[in-house]
Amino acid sequence: MGIEKSTVEIAPGIRHIPGTPVVISPIDKIINWARTGSLWPLTFGLACCAIEMMATGASHYDLDRYGIIFRATPRQADVLIVAGTVTKKMAPMVRRVYDQMPEPKYVIAMGSCACSGGVFKTYSVAQGADQFLPVDVYVPGCPPRPEALLYGLLQLQEKIRRESKKWGCWR
Amino acid sequence: MSGWINKLKDQFSSVVLEVQLDKDYPTVICNREGFLDLIKHLKEEKGFTYLIDLCGVDYLNYKHKKFEERFEVVYHLYNLDTKELIRLKVRIKEDDCWHYSVTPLWKTANWFEREVYDMFGIKFEGHPDLRRVLMPEDWEGYPLRKDYPLYLDEEHEWSVYKKLIEKTKMERGK
Amino acid sequence: MSLALEINKKQLNEDSWEEPYFINMGPQHPSTHGVLRLLLQLEGETIVGCDPIIGQLHRGVEKLAESLNYNQAIVLSDRLDYIASAANNIAFALAFEKLMGLKVPRRARLIRTIVCEMARICNHLLWLATHALDIGAMTVFLYCFRDREWLLNIFEKICGARLTHTYVRVGGVRLDFTQEIIDDLYKFTEEFPNRIPDYETLIDINRIWLKRTKNIAVVSAEEAINLGLTGPCLRGSGVPYDVRKFRPYDAYDEVEFIVPTGKNGDTYDRYRVRMEEMRQSNYIIKQCLDKLPETQGEPILAEGAPDLLMPKRLKKPKPMPVPKKGVVFRGADKPIVPVGEAFAAIESPKGELSVYVVSDGSSNPWRLRIRTPSFVHISAIPELTKGHMIADLVAIIGTLDIVLGDSDR
Repeated sequence: MGIEKSTVEIAPGIRHIPGTPVVISPIDKIINWARTGSLWPLTFGLACCAIEMMATGASHYDLDRYGIIFRATPRQADVLIVAGTVTKKMAPMVRRVYDQMPEPKYVIAMGSCACSGGVFKTYSVAQGADQFLPVDVYVPGCPPRPEALLYGLLQLQEKIRRESKKWGCWR
Repeated sequence: MSGWINKLKDQFSSVVLEVQLDKDYPTVICNREGFLDLIKHLKEEKGFTYLIDLCGVDYLNYKHKKFEERFEVVYHLYNLDTKELIRLKVRIKEDDCWHYSVTPLWKTANWFEREVYDMFGIKFEGHPDLRRVLMPEDWEGYPLRKDYPLYLDEEHEWSVYKKLIEKTKMERGK
Repeated sequence: MSLALEINKKQLNEDSWEEPYFINMGPQHPSTHGVLRLLLQLEGETIVGCDPIIGQLHRGVEKLAESLNYNQAIVLSDRLDYIASAANNIAFALAFEKLMGLKVPRRARLIRTIVCEMARICNHLLWLATHALDIGAMTVFLYCFRDREWLLNIFEKICGARLTHTYVRVGGVRLDFTQEIIDDLYKFTEEFPNRIPDYETLIDINRIWLKRTKNIAVVSAEEAINLGLTGPCLRGSGVPYDVRKFRPYDAYDEVEFIVPTGKNGDTYDRYRVRMEEMRQSNYIIKQCLDKLPETQGEPILAEGAPDLLMPKRLKKPKPMPVPKKGVVFRGADKPIVPVGEAFAAIESPKGELSVYVVSDGSSNPWRLRIRTPSFVHISAIPELTKGHMIADLVAIIGTLDIVLGDSDR
């Protein structure tokens, strides 16, 4: 008897009774497992970091193996990767795109310009995407290497795994 | 090369103020009046069919300034057959801030002149569609002028962006 | 939006039962390469008028450069045309060297040529990847990125960065080539011509590609010069204008290469011009590599170039002074520059990139004007798209090779 002996752990915290379609786990863990396994980002490349984002999605540093598929419309996306400098002219449009995304949604600020304005402290650059967006993960670099962006995505997955009660009426 | 440029000074004596041949490329400093005739002559008769660049320069508080006007509009023209490059400069006063547009001659001058208007405030007469190109439509001020700050503080912020930030602060406060 | 209506009112056909309507192809779009906003006036699916709105990536580089040192301004140049950053560095460095009257040593010139041609290949590979992806060929995207990774690894060995190099400095280059880099480059130049047929067999005579690129955006030679198109866009229309041949800089007068030109001036010709340019770039790199051993041991920085190396570490580091608000912190060595102006142009992979700098004798430029090819090409979009359909618009944006960081600065 006992849960540990008769079930198999298929993912951290999720146990499966072999031979049956029964899975025992807290609901939070199952939902977070599903969410981290298929984070769909929005193609939102603004400047140089977009090229490194494309390189991360291309064949050498593959993003498809993490379940990450780039979607072109915000209505079907989970993550907004703000890659590049956000100018004051573009800020309302970024905010509009963010508002169009359905919950649960996350934001990754990729590159120094999205984190804090970067090299450009001028009249037309917003000093960081967090001036008008709630950012979850900051990935610094100019531009950050593909491995750095991958690390940022994995940290986002960690953050999602630690969430609780972000489903149903508690969203 | 220098032969025909000196003849240019005789031909357009009211337009050409000075010809400088000691710089990296021959520079011709012109008056605003009659400038269109000069540049048309260069394009059609001398073969300078390619306008490389059109830009403005602000000389406020320039230490080595030898003239009174504040702005300068600089043209770089290139001849594809004889491989010659010529630079034309026109001086514009601050309170008389306009110039003739060369859009009928080159279509590429359209956006160059829009950018000069956007950044310096120099209006171009004869331009089909003079509005801002790089800054938002309702931006106030001309950024590349020397008395415009590099970094705007909160009071002088652009209205749309200011509203967005305040809205975000209110949401976060909740 | 009302202005676009006024501009195109005369194109409205009185007899046509289709009324024109406006569609916004917004800044967030997978096919506009960056944050380009297009206001399209359409009659059915045919484009009657187009108004590009740029400025969503305007970072104020020209104004920022006025408060920075000449050495520091080169850092900003990487971020302009971020796909081929080495080319931008070279344009800035050439203008500053002309202003300061520096003579670059031969080894540095050869290295700069190699780096510029590597950047050209990187740019054309990315151009092909995104152009083909927009038109529908997804395999080409993955193949091009595979080869681009190879070049980026070599760049990383040269200067430590993949994308924004800041390798070329005023007076020469930052670091010398090691033997490992030279061996890697030899391997690349031998293998790369065998990779180009990989892409060509997929799309060259493909029916879909031909239908989508033949006779799209045909530009005649006079029209192209009037519109200010440069680079492969101009050469596709038959004008053999290449700054590397007309006003040679660096080591381009020592190497032999052909400048490919097209005939019809349509999208297909521009594609063929760029594919051929990749082969020529490969050949140039090989020639420069063969000439490098002659210059072994030469300096890589001109005499009188502003000192770039960090000062030696003090035993007890001095505390950094806190900058007052509004003061920009300046670098260790401030270059002394004569009063004057200089103009320098290079053949960047996208077209002609030219820099006009005015100095007032201090260590900061008084005015730094950057004329970028993408700005001019975007201004040509309304002329080129008249009468085409939306699907062709995507192909046209691809063929003009636009990068918004370049056009907005």
